[in-house]
Amino acid sequence: MFRLLEDDWGRVESTVTIEIDGYPVIAQIGETVASTLLRVEASWSRTTPVSGARRAPYCMMGVCFDCLMLVEGEGLVRACQTSVRAGLKVQRQMGPRKVGPSC
Amino acid sequence: MLRPDLLIVGAGPAGMSAAIVAARAGLKVVVVDEQPTPGGQIWRGIEANAGTSRGRALGEQYCSGLATVRTFRECGAVYWPSTRVWQVESTLGTYVTGPGGTRVVAPRLVLIATGAQERPAPFRGWTLPGVMTVGAAQILLKNPGSVPSEPVWIAGCGPLALLYAHQLIRMGGVVAGFLDTRPSTPLRETLQLAGRAALRSSRELAKGASWYAELYCRAGRYVPDVVDLQALGTDQLEGVRYRTAAGRVEEIRTSLLLVHEGVLPELHTVRSLGCEIQWDAGQAAYRPVLNEWGECSHPDILIAGDAAGIGGAVAAVHRGRLSALRILQRLGKVAAEPEMTEENCRAALAHALVLRPFLDRVFRPREQVFAPDDDTIVCRCEELRARDLCAALSGSVGSNQLKAFTRAGMGPCQGRQCGLTVAALIAAAEGRHMSEVQPFRVRPPLKPLRLCDLAGLADESRSS
Ligand code: FES
Repeated sequence: MFRLLEDDWGRVESTVTIEIDGYPVIAQIGETVASTLLRVEASWSRTTPVSGARRAPYCMMGVCFDCLMLVEGEGLVRACQTSVRAGLKVQRQMGPRKVGPSC
Repeated sequence: MLRPDLLIVGAGPAGMSAAIVAARAGLKVVVVDEQPTPGGQIWRGIEANAGTSRGRALGEQYCSGLATVRTFRECGAVYWPSTRVWQVESTLGTYVTGPGGTRVVAPRLVLIATGAQERPAPFRGWTLPGVMTVGAAQILLKNPGSVPSEPVWIAGCGPLALLYAHQLIRMGGVVAGFLDTRPSTPLRETLQLAGRAALRSSRELAKGASWYAELYCRAGRYVPDVVDLQALGTDQLEGVRYRTAAGRVEEIRTSLLLVHEGVLPELHTVRSLGCEIQWDAGQAAYRPVLNEWGECSHPDILIAGDAAGIGGAVAAVHRGRLSALRILQRLGKVAAEPEMTEENCRAALAHALVLRPFLDRVFRPREQVFAPDDDTIVCRCEELRARDLCAALSGSVGSNQLKAFTRAGMGPCQGRQCGLTVAALIAAAEGRHMSEVQPFRVRPPLKPLRLCDLAGLADESRSS
């Protein structure tokens, strides 16, 4: 849904690769998982526990929780409040969260 | 356990300005903020963007934040970025979790400067991927610098929607159309208010007018008097149906719609402490009950910036300073800078607020924002529609009971998205005024918390 502006920032040395549901995605250092997600084709972050409907980041400032995603080492977190780092593995949260080890 | 003189929640204009005054006067200050860099929403990413073409495109007011951020970095306050405050006890014991793990802070005074959030304005389909707020898109503009990949439709009312359109156009983005949801204000009243504001703040007024003019010329379409929206699609936004005040219904095709209906004070922390709030009819929002220093009903808590009532960044700076001056007074200190006086701050604050009555009136949200139709999801987390809530509204039911009956407000956002609408539905059903309805009670943890973060408290108590 979004694309990067080609201004003085888009240099290759300022990028890392993260993984979203197993697919590599290029991210800018300093951006969030949610802002990265919004540049991929399927830019939704989770399905709801109630009806299974898809949701995508809505507010980008931590107040809607529609961007909840499973982040390796951190559990279910707001993708808009989570910075990217090289090799970070992220998964879309499908329906309700299962109980299990996460952190 | 850390025992500073002052704990500040939020490193936006108000929090930083207060920290600078307090730390320079010799107080031990801790500032906690959720973002990785200081600036709040308005000056987000300023250190990285200043001096770049992006910084310039974002405008003068944005770039003006750099000076404050730099001074803040050097003022001597302890700054914890990427850190969430998840509980403030009434004894001021504060629990935070960040990169350094979970910590407890026991300050003598707390300043809450949590800023604003966008007004949740439910309409059919607003939960679909492809519907986002204008504020969210503006955040993306600041970091990482992304713009809608196709010409974008914006629907909304409020200065932020106009500012975003202006910034986007400057950066080379394209506005496909603007659905103006601003209800028309009686011309006479507008002119009166504008006249009064223009005497003291003509530059700001002219800036706003130029944004409107630009939108008018540059947006593919400009549709005034839109009263109702519906987002269409199943898994993803495919189009928008809108209705104008004159009853015209039209449909457009788009995969991205940005919406905005103004901003509200972010009161989650304030309300979890039981601080008194009131309905501000002018801003159509709840705000904390405060004295002229930002002191609230809790004796040791002060509130500054947009969390104290929407005033914008400049007002937030001066409110932050005023609260800091009061804190110095209470703790027996004086400001280090001679020009940092109550009189100067009050004069500057008054000037910063000159345009506010005009903005509040002209951008007052349309009625439909408070009265979603039956089929509209009100509680995004629990997917409850207005119909479900209204059905549970027999007899005199308050917000908290309605929550227990229906689960509205029980999901992960903890009522941040549905609280105001639920209060409005109750007021409408019972024929009461918003001032007579209390929104949901707020309980900690204020932010999601992992068990391991909680368990981290054990180490904390051992080390102290
Ligand atoms: S997008 Fe709203 S909380 Fe992340």
